[in-house]
Amino acid sequence: MATAPKDFRFGNFVGSLIWLIFWILIIVALAGLPVIFIILFYVPLPPINGEVLTPYLFLSMVVDPTRTLPIIKFLIHTDIFRIAVFPGFTFAALLAAATIFIERKFLAKMQLRVGPLYAGKIEGILQLAADGLKLISKEIIVPSEADKPIFWLAPIAFVATAAALAALVPVAPGWVAADLDVGLLAVFAILGFFPLIALLFSWASNSKYPFIGGIRALHQMIAFEIPFILSALSVVILAGSLNLTDIALAQQPFWFILFLPISAFVFYISSLAELERIPFDLPEAESEIVAGWLTETSGMIYGLIQLGTYLKLYVLAALFVILFLGGWAGPQIFPQEIIPGYTGVKIYNPTTVNAIFWFTLKTFGMIMLILLPRGINPRIRIDILLHTGWYKLIVLTFINAFIALALIYGGILGPGGVLTQ
Amino acid sequence: MANIQDRIDQSEKLSMEIVKESPDDRLMTLSVGPQHPGSGHFRFTIKLDGDYIVFCDPDPGYVHRGEEKMCEYRNFIQNIPHLERPVIHDSNNITYSYSLAVEELVGIQVPRRGQFIRAIASELNRQVYTLYWLAIYGIFLGHSTMFMWPTGDRELFIDLLDALTGARVTHAFNIPGGVRNDVPNGFKDRCLRNIAYFEKRLKEYEDIFYNNPLLRQRTEGVGILTKEDAIKLGVTGSVLRASGIPFDVRKAEPYDVYNEIDFKVQYMKTCDSFARSYVPLLDMKESCHIMRQLLDKMPDSGEVRAKLQPNPKGPPGEAYRRVESGRGALGYYIVSDGTPKAYRVKISVGSFRNILALPHLLIGAKLADMPSIYWGLNYWPVEADR
Repeated sequence: MATAPKDFRFGNFVGSLIWLIFWILIIVALAGLPVIFIILFYVPLPPINGEVLTPYLFLSMVVDPTRTLPIIKFLIHTDIFRIAVFPGFTFAALLAAATIFIERKFLAKMQLRVGPLYAGKIEGILQLAADGLKLISKEIIVPSEADKPIFWLAPIAFVATAAALAALVPVAPGWVAADLDVGLLAVFAILGFFPLIALLFSWASNSKYPFIGGIRALHQMIAFEIPFILSALSVVILAGSLNLTDIALAQQPFWFILFLPISAFVFYISSLAELERIPFDLPEAESEIVAGWLTETSGMIYGLIQLGTYLKLYVLAALFVILFLGGWAGPQIFPQEIIPGYTGVKIYNPTTVNAIFWFTLKTFGMIMLILLPRGINPRIRIDILLHTGWYKLIVLTFINAFIALALIYGGILGPGGVLTQ
Repeated sequence: MANIQDRIDQSEKLSMEIVKESPDDRLMTLSVGPQHPGSGHFRFTIKLDGDYIVFCDPDPGYVHRGEEKMCEYRNFIQNIPHLERPVIHDSNNITYSYSLAVEELVGIQVPRRGQFIRAIASELNRQVYTLYWLAIYGIFLGHSTMFMWPTGDRELFIDLLDALTGARVTHAFNIPGGVRNDVPNGFKDRCLRNIAYFEKRLKEYEDIFYNNPLLRQRTEGVGILTKEDAIKLGVTGSVLRASGIPFDVRKAEPYDVYNEIDFKVQYMKTCDSFARSYVPLLDMKESCHIMRQLLDKMPDSGEVRAKLQPNPKGPPGEAYRRVESGRGALGYYIVSDGTPKAYRVKISVGSFRNILALPHLLIGAKLADMPSIYWGLNYWPVEADR
């Protein structure tokens, strides 16, 4: 029952890695290749770039990059890849998880602790994965008096709604799963589902503390929905579009945060409230109402809601970056070609990679900014929260909306404006 | 309080009009504890009307261990280790007044150096307890940094007590007749160094926690316990001092060497939840001054423990002595019938007095104010149950 890890030895680490690679090669050679060949022989696949995928073509692809790259390019432009992997679900969850790990270490330093230390050998880098595995292995306890269909449905609906949000966020020009003309409107429409899900879940668990938490979540989200939308309104006035890609492109010379600092502040505060982060974690206030609307969650039901929260965190941070921080705008730091003088097939598009890099970096910073108030603030009280939402923030957003209108009609921004590129 | 009565009346009137809604439908009964993250080993039932608490019924007794009865079966020295169990974080203070009372019964005088060492250990333990209390106060208000910092800085004093007594938490250091052992070499320098560092940290506590506008919004003007109510309800310790009454047993009835020490009794006149959270911090500052003076005035050599016969006993009689603990006045009333065992031991603890104010403060408060009011009362459930 030793709890302390063994001493880290680099030799052992390399040895175990080589051992792992050896077994992967053996398994791929013995089991994987025959399976691939059987599929290629017997299942008719659609032709790619005018060629039918045969075992011969597959083998030639493995050794010839000029043949491999078109296939990969074809795959990564499919909708399923975009929704499931890159601008969508996996990218969002991984970015949020990585930021949460760094935030945990940062917060630990702030509080004179060490933070996660053991999982994954290097400074507990796999702590979140370990937490997830633990949640999967836990028993799911459903209260006997609960409304069972809704109790099971709500966490799945929560994570599905959050994933739908992630599909709307562009990370580079053209890199978005669903490029809607009313993208911003769609984001707010989908965000409106979350209080409903929280209330449904708290009602379905048929318990007193979740009920109070659900009602608090409803109050809080409704109080902050309006300043949230109104703060985005001034951005729409300046950009003249609801399409998120167009909004990001509209602020090429000057980021909107220069003209709309009050809106940015309101948007930031409202995102904290939307995400139920400290100081706005009233629906989950531990010392008052146990765990709020999550009191009856256990095992993977809790895990799914946490996953949904991470996705929501990514989306709101990304939305702040797109609306106020110029989206993917940034100096070109990736070279046009990796190897000087290499004239073969073009491996990557430097503009897109650069855009993705800057977008990821800014979103990372924004997530940190959303998470860090946790270290210095206590929880706020519900009446102060409602007062802040309904009285102060709405007034502030109106001020900045009028500033935005003045900028448009004064001919400074907008079509033909002085500062427009 | 009048509007609360109106509320209840109104809700009853409403229930007469609407046949379907009975008063029970309107009021929600919540059982807070003992399995609630914001209760400790304690339970109280509250009734909510919307967000307001209209009824509160404290229900202590989950950790009753019969300490008083146990005292009747052991002799005066054997009682020490089990008597410190109710507040292991303040164990030197809970055994302090017991030792004083037994010394009065048996009729022995503690050597002067022993008195100083006792007072130093008592002050160190007061810091340990108050830091622990403050940490829980921080996390009850959702401030995780204020949980980590005091629990970390507690180690400063725990290390000193470890060097002094040989144990980190349960010291069994005060015994009738003096203290168990003398201070180790270099203890004074170590003590002064830790105190100097701790005083710097206290300023940082104020910056990050007490001067935070969100905390002020939450706690100022919440749970007002007026001077008259405080006296009527019989609260003690920091709760009493937060209600504007400068009462401290160390000043009012100086025991051992406290009459030679120059210190102020810190109190606040705002009577609210913020004052109850801030007075312990002022106490910690004052305690640092007291410790410096004690270390300066302590005689360099001498006995620390009076010689006692193996099974000490005194003439039949009774004694009552109290000290200022982390939670207020902590007194022991001991009746002896002339045998080495006590006939009756009664422990009067500050926690139990303070919790009497809980229903008075919670009725009319909002649900979100419950943690700050409850833990602001400087209540230690295990001590109250004894």
